Amino acid sequence: MTATSPFIRLRGITKVYGEGAAAFHALRGVDLDIERGEFVAIMGPSGSGKSTALNVLGCLDRPSGGQYLFMGARVEALSRDDRARLRRRHFGFVFQGFNLLARTSARENVELPLLYRGETAARRRAAAARALQAVGLAGWEHHTPAELSGGQQQRVAIARAIVTEPSVLLADEPTGNLDSQRSHEIMAFLAGLNDQGITVLMVTHEPDMAAYAHRVVRFVDGVVASDERNLRPAAAGSHRAAVAAELS
Amino acid sequence: MLWSTLLLALRSIERNLLRSFLTVLGIVIGVSAVITMVTLGRGATAAVQAQIAGLGTNLLMIRPGQRMGPGGGGATAPPFKESDAELIAAQISGIVAVAPEARAAVTLVAGGQNWSSSVVGSTNAWLQTSNWTLASGRSFTDAELRAGAAVCIIGTTIQRQLYGGADPLGQQLRVKQMPCQVIGVFKSKGQGSFGNDQDEVVLMPLKTLQRRVTGNTNVNTLLVSMDPTSDTTRVKTALSAQLREMRKLARTDDDNFNVLDTRQLADTMSGTTQVMTMLLGAVAAVSLLVGGIGVMNIMLVSVTERTREIGLRLAIGALEREVLLQFLIEAVVLASLGGLVGVVLASGASVLLAQLMRVPYVFQPDINLLSFVFSAGIGVLFGYFPARRAARMDPIEALRHE
Repeated sequence: MTATSPFIRLRGITKVYGEGAAAFHALRGVDLDIERGEFVAIMGPSGSGKSTALNVLGCLDRPSGGQYLFMGARVEALSRDDRARLRRRHFGFVFQGFNLLARTSARENVELPLLYRGETAARRRAAAARALQAVGLAGWEHHTPAELSGGQQQRVAIARAIVTEPSVLLADEPTGNLDSQRSHEIMAFLAGLNDQGITVLMVTHEPDMAAYAHRVVRFVDGVVASDERNLRPAAAGSHRAAVAAELS
Repeated sequence: MLWSTLLLALRSIERNLLRSFLTVLGIVIGVSAVITMVTLGRGATAAVQAQIAGLGTNLLMIRPGQRMGPGGGGATAPPFKESDAELIAAQISGIVAVAPEARAAVTLVAGGQNWSSSVVGSTNAWLQTSNWTLASGRSFTDAELRAGAAVCIIGTTIQRQLYGGADPLGQQLRVKQMPCQVIGVFKSKGQGSFGNDQDEVVLMPLKTLQRRVTGNTNVNTLLVSMDPTSDTTRVKTALSAQLREMRKLARTDDDNFNVLDTRQLADTMSGTTQVMTMLLGAVAAVSLLVGGIGVMNIMLVSVTERTREIGLRLAIGALEREVLLQFLIEAVVLASLGGLVGVVLASGASVLLAQLMRVPYVFQPDINLLSFVFSAGIGVLFGYFPARRAARMDPIEALRHE
């Protein structure tokens, strides 16, 4: 990583689905630089390419063209398995639909990414306990998703994303399935994680949630339409009281 | 990684216990069918071999007529004489004993009890050729054999039926009105594999039978016991030549006697049961294959059902081969568990059926192991395709799957 190279740099990234006349251009040349420790909200109408951009950023998807520099390394042409290795080392994912394993305890759900890193059972258990503690779910280790509320499930999902101590947390509409109060709780957690130095990239269509970010990138028709700094982001602590009340 | 994948597979099976059981039912039935069929088949083979061994080892049975069975032994073929047996014993080397045998159907009477049976007339050599030993009493003396004395040796069935289990030695046995003294009791041989009772036997000197029962000097069968170390082919050739000479056959005449080798008979009969065992085993193996297809079907359903889970695993960094291994191991564990249940089930079924069919039960380690390994192999074979489908999924599409 050279001094001039940013944490994340996208240059002329395109993504095309299908071929010929039926081809759909999801991304039409995206240029984006993200520094370490940023909290970026990605917004835009549906079909604008914001989710596709997040998938490319998280190395889940391979761009059709352009250049992706991650920590100074070219990653746009990596193989499937190499992208998986990159993901397990550097990225944590939070999804709109939580995607917890059913009939599996919170602890085991959180341990899952560590399994693919080959960690020992003792270390997995300890790390999972720490991660659950961090999201305020200490004592809920043995509950299955069915026994948890939506907000709690998303917090388990966040614990799963941060258990590997990733450098980047990617969240695709993390509050899309939650009511307003739970949404703000989740955002408070994400803002708190960002305070601890994790780069957070979040897709959302709710301005309330985007308000927590330091920077808002708007996509329209597969290109970056605007890129604004949010000088006064909603504070991570603003909903701590509400969270504390719920946990007690 | 492998260990945790194994645990994961067990957990997944445990979560869908009923479905898992139904999935492997085909394999359970297949494995237990293969093992049971082969175990029973081999038991039957062993029983046939034991039965033929009970006839006497290295035994040749010579009868008048061209072949055994219907059409053979017709009126044109003269019966043997007692002297034929003596001549064979004297002339041919490699022979341990030769017994002339005549049989007659008779009614036996003792102590007011009647019993319809048959009686054998022969010499002491008969004990050797037919594998009999005495439980009590004695065999015939030379004087009794020469004179045709009214003495007999009986089997345990006759003892039980006519003397109620009491000691019959020295007792009278009326054989077709002729009073006869019991001088010995044979040691029990038990039931033959054809369901016949081998212990229903009465032996008396050949001359006694000829003079007092049949009224002729015919010998129906010559039993020849060969020395096990001798060249049986040479003995049989020499025997045939000797018999042709004794029966004054011209060079162009066909043999008017036939020689049955019990070892040949054993080979033929055990060959037949072995073929039956193989056929039954093959049919059972087909059901095992059908069971494998059942596993593949459910694994495909499971992969589709768990698309989102697979998407998540891939997203958080599972490699293609790790997902492949997970589902492959799940299929193999499932199939092996089915195999294991099948092995246990087969032991029970084999013991039970062996008893019902009166076939000896012998545990067959090789077929048990083979069936189990085969069931695991079926897991690999039919689990690979669903597992590969899971591993090749696109994580983004899989996560969106409803």
